[in-house]
Amino acid sequence: MNLALRGLSLRRVWGLIKKESYQIVRDPSSLIIAFVLPAMLLFLFGTAVSLDITNLKVGIVLEETNPDVNLFVESFTNSPYFDVTISRDRHKIEKMVLEGELRGMVVVPGQFDRDLNKATPDAKIQVITDGSETNTASFLQNYVTGAWSNWLNQREAQDGMVFNPPIEIVDRIWYNEDANSHFYLLPGSIAIIMTLIGTLLTSLVIAREWERGTMEALMATPVSIGEIICGKIIPYFTLGMCSMILCVIITVIGFGVPLRGSVWLLMLVSALYLGTALSMGLLISTVAHNQFVASQISLYVAYLPSFLLSGFIFEISSMPIILRGITYFIPARYFVNNLQTLFLTGDVFKLIFMNCLWVGLFGIVLMYLVVKRVRKRLD
Amino acid sequence: MNASIKSLIYKEFLAVLRDNRARVVLIVPPLLQLFLFSYAVTLEVKNVSLAIYNQDQGHHSTEVIERIAAAPTFNNIIYLKKASDIDETVDQQKALLVVQFPADFSRNIQANRTANMQIILDGRRSNSASITSGYISEIVDDYNQELLAKTNQSQPAILYPINWFNPNLDYTWFTIPSLVAVLAMLIALVLTSLSVAREREMGTFEQLLVSPLTPGGILIGKTIPALVLAIAEGTLILLCAIFVFGIKFQGSFILLYISMIVFLLSIVGFGLFISSLCKTQQQSVVGTFLFMTPSMNISGFATPVENMPMWLQYVAELSPMKHFLIVAKGVFLKDISAQMVFNNTWPNVIIAICTLSAATWLFRKRME
Repeated sequence: MNLALRGLSLRRVWGLIKKESYQIVRDPSSLIIAFVLPAMLLFLFGTAVSLDITNLKVGIVLEETNPDVNLFVESFTNSPYFDVTISRDRHKIEKMVLEGELRGMVVVPGQFDRDLNKATPDAKIQVITDGSETNTASFLQNYVTGAWSNWLNQREAQDGMVFNPPIEIVDRIWYNEDANSHFYLLPGSIAIIMTLIGTLLTSLVIAREWERGTMEALMATPVSIGEIICGKIIPYFTLGMCSMILCVIITVIGFGVPLRGSVWLLMLVSALYLGTALSMGLLISTVAHNQFVASQISLYVAYLPSFLLSGFIFEISSMPIILRGITYFIPARYFVNNLQTLFLTGDVFKLIFMNCLWVGLFGIVLMYLVVKRVRKRLD
Repeated sequence: MNASIKSLIYKEFLAVLRDNRARVVLIVPPLLQLFLFSYAVTLEVKNVSLAIYNQDQGHHSTEVIERIAAAPTFNNIIYLKKASDIDETVDQQKALLVVQFPADFSRNIQANRTANMQIILDGRRSNSASITSGYISEIVDDYNQELLAKTNQSQPAILYPINWFNPNLDYTWFTIPSLVAVLAMLIALVLTSLSVAREREMGTFEQLLVSPLTPGGILIGKTIPALVLAIAEGTLILLCAIFVFGIKFQGSFILLYISMIVFLLSIVGFGLFISSLCKTQQQSVVGTFLFMTPSMNISGFATPVENMPMWLQYVAELSPMKHFLIVAKGVFLKDISAQMVFNNTWPNVIIAICTLSAATWLFRKRME
């Protein structure tokens, strides 16, 4: 007979919940995982992690002053993206790039004016970027290319006339008009936080019972495995939902990210995901009977994949095909998408429903594995 | 070095290397991370789905579409039939961006008027969408030049872009040298921060206390194995970077290792401090996490330090990782001078002295 499916006694479950709650309140580290860690992570993703480039330090080498290139130089000095250092001395700027004080340089060579006004003009401008900061380097290269073709066009237009390109692109970013990277990083980071709370906290507390020998004490009592699981899941589920609410409040009020979807749907979607994460934590704890191993497994099986492979910062479509395949098995992928949609777009039912379906499916599979693996025995 | 410290070091090595699971933890995750980080961490945009809503009958829009479709960035192009499809395409994330040509697009170009094309981007992935829209505007710029060239002469000047230290702007060149720092740090931290709390929980701490070892001796015994294993880890990643990923090592190994040892000592200091502070392993895990996550995120590993607000850039000076990352990437890719290595190593010397003495002080205090 499967012990897990035997009837649950409410009184016993309640007793276990009370015991677990005392433990949560008495050990500050559980509360730190549930409340301080989320606040800290959100703060980091709201301030320290930023893909928005401002004050990018670039050098411009003007080996000759030339009214012709002034306009080109101005497109840097007038831009909010750049913090420009202008010099005549090429070696000085080169040294600064080498030392990482500047992220790139633009060189207008000495004979630029002469080359430009020759019968067959072949003037050159050089852009050097610091490739060791790859993202910044490609941004700089793109910007310079844009500014350059702009300058060419302006020059071609006859004196004083405003140049009109044949085709002009009008960009519009829906749901995030200012292209603020924090608007999607913050909702995404809530998914990471929920994963962490769900898996790390549950796997640690059960491993601790094994390590301290209190699991044996628990087994000597008449409680069934189903009751033990309920007694663990319910308090940590409640704790997780409280920390979810805290996260939403910080994201919306603290960082001004809009919440365009409905609150009930957000809570529903989060509850479903938290359930799945808790099941994963329980499953980890059945494998790892000591806290060190439990913490390492939850870090590598849950936290890291959900950080790297959920599409929260790094674009899934750019990954090699094998990794792209693996991402479908990372529940956080669906939750990240749901949170970004609920915060920025609104209730897109079809998309959210499909995502929930996958999360739910993982939850059921994980729970099944937990019930199958956990048996009331000492080994 | 006296014999009791030697035997403690020996015991610590055994404690780590004898436990099967702990051994697995030391070897498998770092390699897994190396693989994951080097392939997953990219801000490039590839294999994007693009939707096109074309109301124009003329050949200019067809030409632009063909050029966009030929770009390797886009692997899937969806043609929309009516304007109302745009909402659904973006909302359901069937495409990252929608390009729209109005009915008068080709007509305007032929009449020498400026023609507009609209790009609608999904703000949920605004960074990728902006990068992609940058690609499209490059394509359109080229086409603009061609259209103008039909009436004018060729370009009077040329732009020469060069990328130093990483000519093809390959992301793995950026990530993997940093991973030498990150993974070595992880090992040093995990080994030290849990060690004291573990002995406390298992009751072996009391045995250590009745031994003739001084508190300083115990800490040295904990420091050296962690340091050695972390350096081994760093070396493993370094070898993978050079031989598996084929990244050319430009600088001096000696400078890199000197700086690495200082860096790891400062991390060990943090680890032992956390360890002495915490009563249980769970607390140590939380403490490690509370230290590791911020110090990694403000170090410039994921996103550059200069993107952060000014006051946070000052806070970043306190992260040993920030200084060592400059050295690791610099020595690896740029062959920076000994002077520059020194400039970014002495802050870690100070941090190491502070954290190690704080750990010793706290450890001594806790022993009483």
